[in-house]
Amino acid sequence: MTQQALLSPEAVIQEFKNNGITHIVYLPDSETNWMYQLMEAEPDMDLIPVTREGESIAVAAGVIAGGKKPVVLIQNTGLFESGDSIRGIAIDCALPIVMLIGYRGWTRHGATPDSAARFTEPILRAWGITYYLVEHDGDADRISLAFQEAERTNMPVVVLVGDEYHGFNR
Amino acid sequence: MINQIELMEVVEKYRDNGIVVPTMTGSRGWDKVSSNKNRDIPLGGAMGKASSFALGVALAQPDKRVIIFDGDGSLLMNLGTLVTIAEKAPKNLYHFVLENGVYAVTGGQPIPGNNRISFAGMAKEAGYANAFEFDDLEDFASRAAEVMGAEGPVFICVKTTPEIQNEPMGLRAPSGVKPTKAAIQDLKKDLGV
Repeated sequence: MTQQALLSPEAVIQEFKNNGITHIVYLPDSETNWMYQLMEAEPDMDLIPVTREGESIAVAAGVIAGGKKPVVLIQNTGLFESGDSIRGIAIDCALPIVMLIGYRGWTRHGATPDSAARFTEPILRAWGITYYLVEHDGDADRISLAFQEAERTNMPVVVLVGDEYHGFNR
Repeated sequence: MINQIELMEVVEKYRDNGIVVPTMTGSRGWDKVSSNKNRDIPLGGAMGKASSFALGVALAQPDKRVIIFDGDGSLLMNLGTLVTIAEKAPKNLYHFVLENGVYAVTGGQPIPGNNRISFAGMAKEAGYANAFEFDDLEDFASRAAEVMGAEGPVFICVKTTPEIQNEPMGLRAPSGVKPTKAAIQDLKKDLGV
């Protein structure tokens, strides 16, 4: 069955451009897989692929320390794996790291059987991390809100990508 | 076996006012040697991530030399970093690993694979441009210009004497090392970014 895309990668990339992103630190996931081709084609954004998500927070922190502006792109399962990096680096060092998190298992329709989705928001609340849900292109400006929030508070902020059918597929 | 302070005194001569990211026992050692603490980032939180942090700095500041003093136990917590660094291949990155064979800050328990694994071998096979291994200070000092002049990413494994801490945490004297948060702020100010 063909379904219409809800959140286009172009809208997300445009938000990155609007916010002056210089480095994208990422590990591919099923919610953001179609971002890759567009990201790769952006001459002003350096792609940094990592082998495990916990690395991504530390790499982004280093980019900030070096005076540039990163964004982290990982899945919620990787968010769990990144816990000590988020605690010990992003939060303890007061770094405005914005993380786009593929919200695996998320749905507006009935209960989700996926524990990755069930634990995501409770854990973000436990860590005191502000988060915004983005489901379709009409929400994309929340990505800018996340960058503004991060800069204002000097804290990490999460954007949950909750496109439940397509991720960033076309 | 090499004393880490004596090693660092040699490295400092080749620093070129670069940015240095030490971690664990390396942080205490480098604090005694550093000529510019405004460009030091002792990474205390998230054990194992010093090399990942340094990679980010190296990519953001490609014209500055970036030096890591990693631990062997720390590197084992984040071995994938070798592949991540090799993939981006920053020419300005110098990754020292102080291989003392133990978890020094927790009382000296041996690391898994002690004396059976080759960190330099793993770095080379991961794709670092250059990888070296030293267990003698004079040998390192005589080749330091070659090592620090090699194109990065350069991996340098150094067999060091363990400096084991075995006192209960609450009884240990403060290290005096600058907190990471303040160090990042000082670095940005020093770089003017």
